[in-house]
Amino acid sequence: MSITSLRQQFIAGETTPTKVLQALATEIVARDSKTGAYLSYDLDAALNEAASADLSLPLGGIPIALKDNMNVLGQPCTCGSKFLAENYRSPYDATVVKKLRAAGAIPFGRMNQDEFAMGSSTENSALQITRNPHDPERIPGGSSGGSAASVADGTAIAALGSDTGGSIRQPASHCGVVGLKPSYGRVSRYGLVAFASSLDQIGPLTRTVEDAAMILQAIAGYDPADSTCLDVPVPDYLSGINDGVKGMKLGVPKEYFGDGIDPGVRKQVEAAIQKLAAQGAEILDISLPHAEFAVATYYVIAPAEASSNLSRFDGIRYGHRTANPADILDLYKKSREEGFGPEVKRRIILGTYVLSSGYYDAYYGRAQKVRTLIRRDFENAFQKVDAILSPVAPTPARKIGAFSDDPLREYLSDIFTLSANLAGIPGISIPCGVTDFDGGKNLPVGLQILGPHLGEAGLLRIAKAAEA
Amino acid sequence: MSHSHIDVRYVANLARLELSDEEVAIFQPQLEAILKHAEALSGLDVTGIEPTAHAAPVFDRMRADIPHESLPSSAVLQNAPDQAQGQIRVPKVVTDA
Repeated sequence: MSITSLRQQFIAGETTPTKVLQALATEIVARDSKTGAYLSYDLDAALNEAASADLSLPLGGIPIALKDNMNVLGQPCTCGSKFLAENYRSPYDATVVKKLRAAGAIPFGRMNQDEFAMGSSTENSALQITRNPHDPERIPGGSSGGSAASVADGTAIAALGSDTGGSIRQPASHCGVVGLKPSYGRVSRYGLVAFASSLDQIGPLTRTVEDAAMILQAIAGYDPADSTCLDVPVPDYLSGINDGVKGMKLGVPKEYFGDGIDPGVRKQVEAAIQKLAAQGAEILDISLPHAEFAVATYYVIAPAEASSNLSRFDGIRYGHRTANPADILDLYKKSREEGFGPEVKRRIILGTYVLSSGYYDAYYGRAQKVRTLIRRDFENAFQKVDAILSPVAPTPARKIGAFSDDPLREYLSDIFTLSANLAGIPGISIPCGVTDFDGGKNLPVGLQILGPHLGEAGLLRIAKAAEA
Repeated sequence: MSHSHIDVRYVANLARLELSDEEVAIFQPQLEAILKHAEALSGLDVTGIEPTAHAAPVFDRMRADIPHESLPSSAVLQNAPDQAQGQIRVPKVVTDA
């Protein structure tokens, strides 16, 4: 059930927010024990909000699930980590939560994720495994894996995720739903637990492109509580969404279609591109010459920022504290050792290393300069084209456990999504068919559309045209 | 940038992270492989290229200097692992002279 059709049913009096929440709770009990998308939910609190829902508002009475790294007053916010799972309750609302409520929506459900959003499979959650609803032996993608899996599984109407290097788009692709990462600065990060502050953005995971536009409309806009949130007007994302792609110039970067792409993914993405061409879009070959350096650049910058951001988890003010520490230093070190999982530790060590004296210039300083080159590649491309088309991921969802001892291999699979975060541009993933892969049948494939900074309206218009 | 050797335990200590011997043994080759991949960046000429710290930088944003309500201390203390007398309690940090 999409947001738009649920809205129609509310207005026609065919159902109510209370009934929808009760039906979702029934679905969660019936099916989520297999999928594992939900970490927690508070039905009573949501029913309280439903009782007074204002159905005249744009998202009036619509339940929206939240990745478990966004603060909602009184709710848990585990970030998929043992560090916060024991006793943390949010003392305030994230700005996106306030904005969703102002638009009439009801926050309902806390979704599993890779620990502190570090990962592309949700296997790095310290709390539970989430399975892909299309094939339970496979990952849902990540890090917003619970958000994507619940929308695909029908246990959520729509969800919010966060995207630091593909963490909305890639799970959307793997689960066959729509996922939008807005431009850096478009949506407030206040109340989102920070992973890499220059890369993180919150965005929607939905069944339809129109639903994604409706949620973006609600959560975008200036917030004085986030100094990086841009004070620029929010356009109407729905008014031009059906205008089509006739006359638009769409670029296909050769660097994103090289070896290493699964043939089934290539076939479906190329078919989606042909579909847009048939509707009158002009397809142009373009080049993003520094694309091959995105993984190296990202996996220096993101861990560097993470190592700094995660220093706040010290066992003093909130979260896990070790029992009987010998002294304050022992408290810090043991609390962090006990509270963090392996991927978080790897990234903290890596980030600390690339920022340390003697290595800073060689790694972090250099990566920031290459980030400029990657950003310029996109600026040059958007001189010639309105948007860029590519796969979201090189393959469909892999099996759970397949990359467990090889983090670099996992990082390399992020190649098509990382650059948008480095450049600060928006990207959307939409389903573009299914393919067989590695013993799995009919696994979803995603088309990625990247646009210029603050070009979300154009992306949504192209995505709507490409939507099946 | 041929520095792909990393002293994992030393760096972990800088990050105030205790590691078991098993973790060091696992992380060592994994981190070296990642750093080796990052060495690809050294092949690029970045002379004269300005670094990008933020993709959409906003500078010197000022807000009106108006007092507003902060979180009450009770809301902050509710998550503290140990507290006493309205304050967060930690092990002794000052030693006797």
